[in-house]
Amino acid sequence: MSESKSESLFDKIGGEAAVDAAVELFYRKVLADHRINRFFDNTNMEEQAAKQKAFLTMAFGGPNNYSGQDMREGHAHLVKRGLDDSHFDAVMEHLEATLVELNVPADLIAEVAAIAESTRADVLGK
Amino acid sequence: MTNLKIGENTYTCDSEETVLDSLLRQDVDISYACKKGTCHSCMVRCIDGQPPVESQGDLKDTLKSQNYFLACLCIPNLDMTIRLPEQSELYSEGKVVANEMLNRNTILLIVECRDILEYKAGQFVNLQRQDGLTRSYSIANTPQQSKTLEFHIRRLPGGQFSEWVHDQLKVGDTVAVSEPKGHCFYIPERKEQGILLVGTGSGLAPLVGILTDALEHGHSGPIHLFHGSREKEDLYRVDEMRALSEKHPNFSYTPCISGVDVPSGFKKGRANTVALETISDLKGWRVFLCGHPNMISEMKTQVFLKGVSIADIYTDAFLVSTET
Repeated sequence: MSESKSESLFDKIGGEAAVDAAVELFYRKVLADHRINRFFDNTNMEEQAAKQKAFLTMAFGGPNNYSGQDMREGHAHLVKRGLDDSHFDAVMEHLEATLVELNVPADLIAEVAAIAESTRADVLGK
Repeated sequence: MTNLKIGENTYTCDSEETVLDSLLRQDVDISYACKKGTCHSCMVRCIDGQPPVESQGDLKDTLKSQNYFLACLCIPNLDMTIRLPEQSELYSEGKVVANEMLNRNTILLIVECRDILEYKAGQFVNLQRQDGLTRSYSIANTPQQSKTLEFHIRRLPGGQFSEWVHDQLKVGDTVAVSEPKGHCFYIPERKEQGILLVGTGSGLAPLVGILTDALEHGHSGPIHLFHGSREKEDLYRVDEMRALSEKHPNFSYTPCISGVDVPSGFKKGRANTVALETISDLKGWRVFLCGHPNMISEMKTQVFLKGVSIADIYTDAFLVSTET
């Protein structure tokens, strides 16, 4: 039993292919949501989609270079424009709905949600 | 170890080293950011063959086919000759072989030049006058077939270059032509895919090129072209497009007029709005948007929300030079 097969969350969820499948579904939901789409600059969709991809990779437990400090700095300009818990909740809603749509099992969705949730204080600059 | 050739210089790349790390180590000025294939900042082009497949990450198919790759994802297995984006461009001499008016303000310019097979319908080139004045124009034909390049050049009031083309440039004159640029062109894959083409004004140029290319390749999916302008007099090739749609059952053409006077046979409204009203589900479609920058950015979001994948959206925004 030395070769432990404890697969990471990222592997269980399907790795990079799962992120690729999720990124457009997720970004489409966010852009269509009038509560929050003003925070997602769509002048460069490729760049914005790349940011969503980096975020989803992190939330799926994949390799990433995010630090709490990056999160704070990256969202500070949005907090100034009124980004608060209600907007964070809306993004969480879309994240979970995306995973449901991709038939990800509920226990894995909960793990992803917990990782995303752990960034709340940094994102909102609390 | 492999060698990387850039211009006159040769750099070494260690066996486990990426092209980006190698160039940075040897003080080459190359832009980069994420170092993991996400941001595309370090996109460069291999000009003597195909780069390793994994180094092309999630680049658009049209970029892949031109051997663009991401330096941060590339561990070369062979020597490579690389072109950095900021390297100065090469021009060749073009000769005007025909010019004629397409409508009251747009001229068709047909130019012969070297290396014609390198150019693809829908890409753009820089045209340069002898004194260095330069403007970008899209390729409106399939150069592989006709052995020439066609451009639709609209006269802009006070536009130095367009006025020169309209008033002075004659058949037999020369104009410098840059290498082809841009990734807005047709790739003969997924031929059953629906194709939506939306253009305003002389934005028809790249779209006609792409349309011709797709039909010549036997594209079998539905192809819809929406061409718009404020007045009927600013549209062109209307009869030709109608004839083409009679000949090809999978091609349909809708000329749109956003002004008040809309004769029969034309749709009232902006081309992008009419297109969205006409086609309800765009899931899985390929979309080409050319013309006014505002139309493009608005439409890009709209088609994405209607199900088009970002990688399937090709755009060519016509920016008017501020110095005109």
